Amino acid sequence: MTDELERTIEAFLFSAARPLSARDIQAWLPEEPLDRIQAALERLAREFESLGRSFHLREVAGGFQFRTRTAYAQALLKMLSTSPARLSRAALETLAIIAYKQPIIRHEIERLRGVDTGSILRTLLEKDLVRIVGRKNLPGRPLIYGTTRRFLEVFDLRDLAALPQLKDLQELTTHDEEKTSEAPAPVHEAPEETGPARAILPEPPGADGRDGDP
Amino acid sequence: MDYEIKLEVFEGPLDLLLHLIHKNEVDIFDIPIAAIADQYLAYIDRMEELNVSLAGDFLVMAATLLHIKSRMLLPELRGEEDEEDPRVELTRPLLEYLSFKEAARSLFDREILERDVFVRRDFQELQELSGGVEPELEVSLFQLIQAFKRVADQRIPERQLQMQMDVWSVKDKIAHILDRLRGQGPLFFAELLGGGISRLECVVTFLALLQMVRMGLVRTFQPAAESDIQILPCPENTPRDIADD
Repeated sequence: MTDELERTIEAFLFSAARPLSARDIQAWLPEEPLDRIQAALERLAREFESLGRSFHLREVAGGFQFRTRTAYAQALLKMLSTSPARLSRAALETLAIIAYKQPIIRHEIERLRGVDTGSILRTLLEKDLVRIVGRKNLPGRPLIYGTTRRFLEVFDLRDLAALPQLKDLQELTTHDEEKTSEAPAPVHEAPEETGPARAILPEPPGADGRDGDP
Repeated sequence: MDYEIKLEVFEGPLDLLLHLIHKNEVDIFDIPIAAIADQYLAYIDRMEELNVSLAGDFLVMAATLLHIKSRMLLPELRGEEDEEDPRVELTRPLLEYLSFKEAARSLFDREILERDVFVRRDFQELQELSGGVEPELEVSLFQLIQAFKRVADQRIPERQLQMQMDVWSVKDKIAHILDRLRGQGPLFFAELLGGGISRLECVVTFLALLQMVRMGLVRTFQPAAESDIQILPCPENTPRDIADD
C-alpha cells in the first residue's frame, strides 16, 4: 500500500537526526524495492513543498531531511539563544578551494591562496567540514584533504556534483587567452601605462576601496 | 593610526594585488606592472613603518613584481614574437584566486545549516555545535574585560569601607569556581562577581576566569552583545589550542 509506505518513510524522516537515503530506509523495510522507496521520498518532498509549512523535505548529502525554511532562521536563533554559524572569509575561500579541487594537498591550496593556511585547515578539520583522505606519494608524504559529508549537509548540497559551476574561471581564462594573444608586445606599452597610474602613487592604499587617509 | 586596522584586511599578497588592481581600475589582463609594483612596495614600506611583521608571502610577491617589471623594461633583443607576456604569471594566479573568491561567495549564499536552516537535533548537541566548536562565537578578551568593568562599576561603590578582607589566590578561586560549576551547573558572570564581594576578590575572580578559559577548563558564551556572559564547564577537560585563530 503506497500510502502506508509513504507514511512509514515520513515517520522515519521525522524522527531521524540525519539525512536518510532510500538505501538507509530499505535496511528497515527490506521487502520494499529501492525504486519504490525513492519514488515515495520524492513524492513526500513534493507534498511537503506544496503544503507551505515552516519546514520542508530537502535532499542533502545523499539523503532526505526535514529542514526549516530560511524565513524562520531569526526566530530559531532566538529560541536556541545562539548566534548563526559563521565561517571567516579566509575559511570559506579555503573551503571552496578544497571543495572544487579535491583531493588536494596543503601546498596546492596555499599556492592558490598565496598565504599560509595551517590554522584555517585546522579549524575546518575541527568543524568536520574537511577531512584527511590520505597522503600523497611525494617527498614528505603530504596530507591530502577533501570535504566531508557534513560539508554537504551544512551547505545544502545533494552531492559534490551539485556544487555550483566554477564557470567564472573558465570564462575568465578563455577571455585571458584571447586577450594575451591579441595583446601587442608588452615591451612597447610599458612606458605609456606607467604615466597615468603613477599619479595615484604617493598614497598608500586603504583596504576597503577607499583611499587611505593617514 | 587608522592604517593599522585597514592594513589587517589583506589576507595575503594576492588580496593586496587585487585591491590595487581594483583601486586603479586597471584591466587584470593588462596590468600596469611598474605602477602596481611601486604601490605594492609603498604598501610594504608602510607596513614596516608600523612595525607590522610581514609574512614571507608578501616579500615573495614583491620580488616577483620587480622581476616582471625588470623583464618588461628590457629591450626586446631578438624580437622573439612568441615570448609570453611576463605578466601572465601574475594574471593566472589572480584569476584563479578570483574564481575561488567567487566560489566562496556562492557557498556563502547557500542555505547554510544553523545559520539559515535548522534540522531536528538534540538540544544539547546543538548548543555544543553552535557554541562549543565555534571559536568565533566565543567571547573575546575585550568583551570579558568590558563585562568586568561593567559589573565592577555597578556593584562596588567607589568608597567602600573594608572591614575585613578575605585574601584569595587565583588558584583558590579556580578551585572555588570549579566547585560551583560542578555543584550548580552553568554560572553567569554577574553571579560570580555578585554578592557584594570586594574589589580585590572581583579582580582575583576575573583573573581566575581568564586563566580557566586559557586552560580550557571552562567555555564562555554571550548570547547577545550586551547580555551577561555564561560560563560553562568544558565537557571533558581537553585543553583547547588557544593559539588557533
